[in-house]
Amino acid sequence: MSDVRAAVAAVVDPEIRVITIDELGILRAVEEEPGTGRVLVTITPTYTGCPAMDVIRADIRRALAAAGHPDAEVRTVYSPAWSTDWISDTGRAKLAAAGIAPPAPRGDDTVVPLTLAVRCPRCGSPDTTQVSRFGSTACKALWRCRSCSEPFDHLKAL
Amino acid sequence: MSLFDFTLGLGDDALVAAQRLGEWTSRAPEMEEDVALANIALDQLGAARLLLTYAGELEGAGRDEDDLAYLRDDREFRNCLLVELPNGDFGVTMAKLFFLAAYQSPLYTALAGCADERLAAVGAKARKESAYHLDHAALWVKRLGDGTDESHRRMQDAVDQVWPYVHELFVPDPAAPVDPATLRADFDATVAAVLDEATLTRPETSWTPGGGRDGVHTEHLSYLLAEMQVLHRAHPGANW
Repeated sequence: MSDVRAAVAAVVDPEIRVITIDELGILRAVEEEPGTGRVLVTITPTYTGCPAMDVIRADIRRALAAAGHPDAEVRTVYSPAWSTDWISDTGRAKLAAAGIAPPAPRGDDTVVPLTLAVRCPRCGSPDTTQVSRFGSTACKALWRCRSCSEPFDHLKAL
Repeated sequence: MSLFDFTLGLGDDALVAAQRLGEWTSRAPEMEEDVALANIALDQLGAARLLLTYAGELEGAGRDEDDLAYLRDDREFRNCLLVELPNGDFGVTMAKLFFLAAYQSPLYTALAGCADERLAAVGAKARKESAYHLDHAALWVKRLGDGTDESHRRMQDAVDQVWPYVHELFVPDPAAPVDPATLRADFDATVAAVLDEATLTRPETSWTPGGGRDGVHTEHLSYLLAEMQVLHRAHPGANW
């Protein structure tokens, strides 16, 4: 990985601060223009209305400036649409360690995501129940573990 | 209808729906539903921003998403009447959301495969969110319809009240990237399955109010716009 890409890839998600934008799969490309050193970064939102996008763009520019690339453009693309399948294995492990149950693989492109069983990120029990289909951010739902009684966030499969 | 008008109509549907749903914030019957309605409003707003930005580019008159959202009067809005109707009680809000999602879900899915690249990208993104809205609203329609006598009565009232406004969504437009008339069968199948399970019926009425796509709205839209636009009009270009 080039230094430039590494600098951008290390930017953390402002709402789930344990995971980087690269691990979350929203960093699509980092290109450096030969000669000028100008950097073009391409990102995609998790949800269309994700309010964290402005902060992410600013954080990317700040990280690039700190890495010696003040001349940078951050472009947002919507196609292909982000999927939770793009979250890396490292990213999934970090989410679970932070108490956020990672999404199940979607595999095929069915329209309605169905979650059959979500494992409690605290005690590992599959005996969990959905408290609310919508959570603290657009990409999460609120669940509770029936074994250890802990409530937890679940990143919805999309 | 031009591509600009078509895109503007879909953008206005999403924008006005977002504004209405946002009115529930801090007023929903339970905390979880408060969060849910705000999240759905946010999805609608996200789609609205993409669609209005694109509409502005299609028009080529230099208007951006903010100009289109904040500096048009009611007669210049192209949203369907369904989304501008007042929220009413929770049942009415769920009936509105259910019918809207049952329309937007196949609409965005069809757009995802259309020839216009920008609309296809919006469709591919928004259809996943829309499917979730549909799922959520259908759940409530069933729970309330097949619930207590009182919840059944109020959910049926809501369906009766909102139903006439769905016809406007499917007025044929063969020149559009997706002809709305082609979405009707999918919509009817979704609605029939959910209402049956909810022990609800569709009202027998031939009244089909419309005109939203031509800028002829109910009296409710201008009040909604007044609240949405007042800050921007008082302080043009204001930024957080």
